[in-house]
Amino acid sequence: MDRIPILRMGDYLLVTIQVDMHDQLALTLQDDLTTAIQRAGAKGVLIDISALEMVDSFIGRMIANISRMGRILDARTVVTGMRPAVAITLVELGLSLSGVDTALDVERGMRRLRKVLDEAGVSSADPED
Amino acid sequence: MMLPPMSQSDALVLDIIQQDAPGLLGDWLAELKARGTGADHRITEAELHEQGAELLRLLGPALSSGTDVNAEPWRPVREFLERVSRSRATQGFSSTETATFVFSLKRPLFTRAQARATDAATKGEATWTITELVDRLGLYTVGAFQKSREEVIVRQQEEMLELSTPVVKLWEGVVALPMIGTLDSARTQVVMESLLQSIVETGSEIAIIDITGVPTVDTLVAQHLLKTVTAIRLMGAECIISGIRPQIAQTIVHLGIDLEGVTTKATLADALSLAFKRSGLVVTRAKAV
Repeated sequence: MDRIPILRMGDYLLVTIQVDMHDQLALTLQDDLTTAIQRAGAKGVLIDISALEMVDSFIGRMIANISRMGRILDARTVVTGMRPAVAITLVELGLSLSGVDTALDVERGMRRLRKVLDEAGVSSADPED
Repeated sequence: MMLPPMSQSDALVLDIIQQDAPGLLGDWLAELKARGTGADHRITEAELHEQGAELLRLLGPALSSGTDVNAEPWRPVREFLERVSRSRATQGFSSTETATFVFSLKRPLFTRAQARATDAATKGEATWTITELVDRLGLYTVGAFQKSREEVIVRQQEEMLELSTPVVKLWEGVVALPMIGTLDSARTQVVMESLLQSIVETGSEIAIIDITGVPTVDTLVAQHLLKTVTAIRLMGAECIISGIRPQIAQTIVHLGIDLEGVTTKATLADALSLAFKRSGLVVTRAKAV
């Protein structure tokens, strides 16, 4: 697999990382996601990493960077489902991912995205309208 | 098997142990009694008698191979001494008392060697042999005693580690960790892992770390706490630290530790009420009292 699929759900983009990330995959994701945000005019991005078992400092930084890039493109990003071992590793590596929104699972992440966007006054148009 | 030729003094000591075991044992036990072993009934006379007889019985064959206590033929003696040391350690004897058990054998052996030796040279030699032998055995006993004491300490530390990290569920979506005792790196690791694991298992969005039972907070402890808080945030939950005593608050500020961005509360009750507020819960009285 050389690409991570990016799914569009209305105003949101959903990225689920189901394989162990390697450096090239992360770089491709960064390119694909920024392009997709811009093209779709997405207001929120949800990155689910619940299947990610191993991280190194590079992947950790990529997660933070992708999230910040989304913010610059006016899309709020939430990282969901980080495993305890991954969280401990990132902290030990000195990566606190400050400024990155997190949630326990995809459902809570979605709720959080909606809440944040509501507070920001962005009308999330229902995709079925 | 060919044994190396035995010196006259070694043969004399061996002879005493093999031929005069009952008498030797009697004197030995008398010596032990004189030195106060068994006076407080932690060990009975019958037990002492049994242990003494066993050691003398094992010493015979071991000694006929030479006086090197670390050699293979001495293994039964070493194992016996280890066993005795371990039981002494669990019975609460001090290292001195344990060593006395072996060292008391010296005088009875001396007296017998003095009586049996025919010339001054043999006398001197035998004295030296006995001293060396009993000293080695005594030192080995003390070493084994120390080792079993250390095993007890390590086991207790492990048990304490397990005892001191219970994660409790306070409410639906709220878990708490009452921390007790000094925080070091190993403990923090265990604490952090069990807390994060329980957050995943219960799907809790709020975790409270209560440090009422942590006696001192220094920069290292604060750093450990901050790491835990960050890891919890990375997983998508929120962390509240509660139970900060006035002295600890002062220390934290004096040390210049930055707890900015960490929610802190004075008591666990305050933290819980904040957790309720965050989850949109309200506590009311059922009726006016």
